[in-house]
Amino acid sequence: MRELAAVFRRELGGYFATPLAFIFIVVFLFTMGAFTFYMGGYFESGSADLLIFFNFHPWLYLFLIPAISMRLWAEERRTGSIELLLSLPIPLWAAVLGKFLAAWVFSGIALALTFPMWLTVNYLGNPDNGVILAGYIGSFFLAGGYLAIGSCLSATTKNQVIAFVVSVVVCFLFTVSGLPLVIDFFSSWAPQQVLNTIASFSFLTHFTAITQGVIDLRDIFYFGSLITVWLVACGLVVDMKKAG
Amino acid sequence: MIVIDGLTKRFGPFTAVNHISFSVARGEVLGFLGPNGAGKSTTMKMVTGFLSPSEGAARVCGHDVVSDTLAAQRTIGYLPEGAPAYGDMTPLAFLRFIARVRALKGVEAERAIEAAVAATELQGVLEQPIDTLSKGFRRRVGLAQSILHNPPVLIMDEPTDGLDPNQKHEVRKLIKRMSADKAIIISTHILEEVDAICSRALIIDRGQVVADGTPAELISRSRYHNAVTLTVEGQLTVQSAEILKTLPGVVSMEVTPRGSETVLTLFTSRGTSATAVAGDLTLVDAVARVARENNWIVRALYGEPGRLDEVFRSLTRSDIDGIDANQSEKNVA
Repeated sequence: MRELAAVFRRELGGYFATPLAFIFIVVFLFTMGAFTFYMGGYFESGSADLLIFFNFHPWLYLFLIPAISMRLWAEERRTGSIELLLSLPIPLWAAVLGKFLAAWVFSGIALALTFPMWLTVNYLGNPDNGVILAGYIGSFFLAGGYLAIGSCLSATTKNQVIAFVVSVVVCFLFTVSGLPLVIDFFSSWAPQQVLNTIASFSFLTHFTAITQGVIDLRDIFYFGSLITVWLVACGLVVDMKKAG
Repeated sequence: MIVIDGLTKRFGPFTAVNHISFSVARGEVLGFLGPNGAGKSTTMKMVTGFLSPSEGAARVCGHDVVSDTLAAQRTIGYLPEGAPAYGDMTPLAFLRFIARVRALKGVEAERAIEAAVAATELQGVLEQPIDTLSKGFRRRVGLAQSILHNPPVLIMDEPTDGLDPNQKHEVRKLIKRMSADKAIIISTHILEEVDAICSRALIIDRGQVVADGTPAELISRSRYHNAVTLTVEGQLTVQSAEILKTLPGVVSMEVTPRGSETVLTLFTSRGTSATAVAGDLTLVDAVARVARENNWIVRALYGEPGRLDEVFRSLTRSDIDGIDANQSEKNVA
């Protein structure tokens, strides 16, 4: 635990030691606002909730989260500091989890800073704050899912650009796997069972369910197990690279 | 304290380290020598648990580095090649991070940081991001990190690389000072360093140990060991110098004109243990007498202990044969 805390503190501090945190948060808030108010037509919709706001999250995360996760391991490999990290007495799981948690908390901070949206909607009307809270929780888990994928893919390369691009693609597939775009490809030949399995991998399906205000344990379990699987894969990748 | 047994590392078809075995005891400073790509860094990476060996085992303070990695790593202070660190941190924050990982707390941690900072003279740059520091300072941050927890085993990959001569001298003094109660491995290209701080030297080439001994033993393998070099004024013909070859103990002679002078080197047979070749008379004395009798104007006359660089060259060929082992090492890291 001590090692986990040390890695976590170092990583989280690392975001704020450079302009990275500041720039990311500004871009994050700006795009969130721009999409909600202009593209989403928030005011025109006339409804006192944040559904429009949350509906954009999967698509914005698709690009913003890999931007955080791409450096997690690729940067360590490029600068060689990974040799220091892995020769320190830190269990592998603590390094993997510490890095992931720092990135997750960082994205949580960015998400929390969208609170003016919540203030606005409460000022304009009487929204169901329970549903909004569920939306925030769902969004946080969604970010965790993207981060876990990005973290694993970042461990496979020392090139951050590759890490970014591959993460975007894989995250995209996980996002849309429930949409016709993917399902149509399989529907002509795959049995219904397979279609359902593929569709059930979709971030969108589970995320949308949560933003409706229903925190179903199955959705939380989905994100939890997805994060676990990708982090375990991340540990395996790091360990495999040790073998040369 | 360090026992390495048949350690082997393969990267695909390439064998970077091939069944290396050696051990290092407390109080020893082992100099790890070899051309680029000989397998020095790869060996160190395996001992410190960064790479897993393909074969063989390494034990540090009784802990196997594969099955008991963390326990082994706790006893090791490691300075990786190029002294990597987290560039966005200041040396102080970086050392605090290391202290936390090394389970040093509160006053104990502050004291350890203070000692390491003092030993590596980092006081002036503690608050500057490591990225903005000069190469020498970055190397010293790496050194400070490696000695922070006063480890019984210290493994340093080129600790003086990139330092100026004064800093090199300080780092060597530091390593010497710490050597009494530690087992230390350093890798280096700088042969004088071996003579200055190492109690033992190991030369590896193409992943194999080609020589293992004290610096004096290695030097004695040189063909210059116990040779005598004479520099005289003027061009000396080979015929007139021929008389030197008849001196007892001399097996061969090299005559090299250098400007207005002539340099003569007399080689003795490798078995000759001392410069005493005939009773009390040393070869240097004998040469001096010949020079006097022939009225040569002597510019220099000395016995040679041997040349380490010559031993090194004769034992290692991999960099010359163009085997780019370093490349395959880099691809992995």
